[in-house]
Amino acid sequence: MQLIAEDLIIERGGRFVIDGLSFTVSTGESLVLSGANGAGKTTLLRTIAGYIRASAGSVRLDGGESELTLAEQAHVVGHANAVKSSLTVFENAAFWSDYLGEGATDRDSIEAALRHFGLEDLVEFPAAYLSAGQRRRLGLARLLLVRRPLWLLDEPTVSLDIASSERLVAAVNDHTRAGGLAIIATHLPLALERARTLEIGSRRMAA
Amino acid sequence: MRSFWALVRRDLQLAVREGGAIGTALGFFLIVVSLMPLGLGPDLNLLSRIAPGVLWIALLLAALLSLNRIFESDYEDGTLDVLATGRIPLELVAAAKSLAHWITTGIPLALLAPVLGILLNLEFRSYPILVATTLAGTPAVSFLGAIGAALTVKARRGGLLLALVVLPLYVPTLIFGISAVSAASGPSGMGASFLILAAISLAAAVLGPLAAAAALRIQLQ
Repeated sequence: MQLIAEDLIIERGGRFVIDGLSFTVSTGESLVLSGANGAGKTTLLRTIAGYIRASAGSVRLDGGESELTLAEQAHVVGHANAVKSSLTVFENAAFWSDYLGEGATDRDSIEAALRHFGLEDLVEFPAAYLSAGQRRRLGLARLLLVRRPLWLLDEPTVSLDIASSERLVAAVNDHTRAGGLAIIATHLPLALERARTLEIGSRRMAA
Repeated sequence: MRSFWALVRRDLQLAVREGGAIGTALGFFLIVVSLMPLGLGPDLNLLSRIAPGVLWIALLLAALLSLNRIFESDYEDGTLDVLATGRIPLELVAAAKSLAHWITTGIPLALLAPVLGILLNLEFRSYPILVATTLAGTPAVSFLGAIGAALTVKARRGGLLLALVVLPLYVPTLIFGISAVSAASGPSGMGASFLILAAISLAAAVLGPLAAAAALRIQLQ
């Protein structure tokens, strides 16, 4: 499986944020997007996810399920956590598992995903009372609830403590080892295996 | 379809837990209708003549209050982004959320309408017809309202803008809703108007989500 971006040009507000970018990410690899604030990391991720339409160029996932769009094979974790305050931690996770998945969901797999991010003691806790880091972890638990080959993570470590960041890195490494792909925009050095770094906006800075 | 029903179920759950939207809409409906006799005076003949119109207009305004909730909170907490990556297209997402809005707002309002009819001296035999027409007409309110809700999802305090966008779309529902109730007491019966009202709702259930999804795609950019 391979994610291929060719000659991407993305315009935002009359400015070419990404101007002629090509890259590939293969099975088992993670790609770290780095670059200054405003360099276009989020824009690039949202374009890959299909929210933003590129002015030119294309992004495609070779070797994925041909009947599904790229977005349907991707997990997107953005700045917001998509956590509902009036549901409990478990209900939040169960909804995403039902909504994003296709098979029946069982309680065990949901609890396993929550356990990975250290939320096992908060399963029946109302999400309204979670701290920012705990909400983040609940948002990230979505990655493990439903198996999808492509992970698009936009600054996933924001408000995470060191231990939780390590759990996240472990999840990404497990994912790539199992043949998944991950694209991660981050400012922190993460201990990712088989990771390459793509500097966004560096050419423009140099010019 | 699993995703569709999961979304409907979650929206119903949220509406019950948060509760405010249903309460506000029902409270507003009650207040507007009970102000009418105070403003117009105790002329029972006049009140019973204008009752269907007053009830329908008040119902539309009450439903309008809760429309912005269809997409707004999901947009704000990032849920909409994730919903867009689901196995169902955004059109079905919009349909599911409109359906949940109808169940949580349209049906309670339709059931409250005959109770408020007492305040307006509505003819007794009109009651079942009033319930039938409001039940048949309110899906259009939710599904057309979703278009406005999707268009104004990014607008801060978009409530008034939403009203301006959506109220003109409610004109056919209003006309045929009122004429079905009024015609029921006349010689020709309510048949034609009621069928048109139902047709408007069915058309809205198809076209509303299409337009709302198109608007959402632009908003997600």
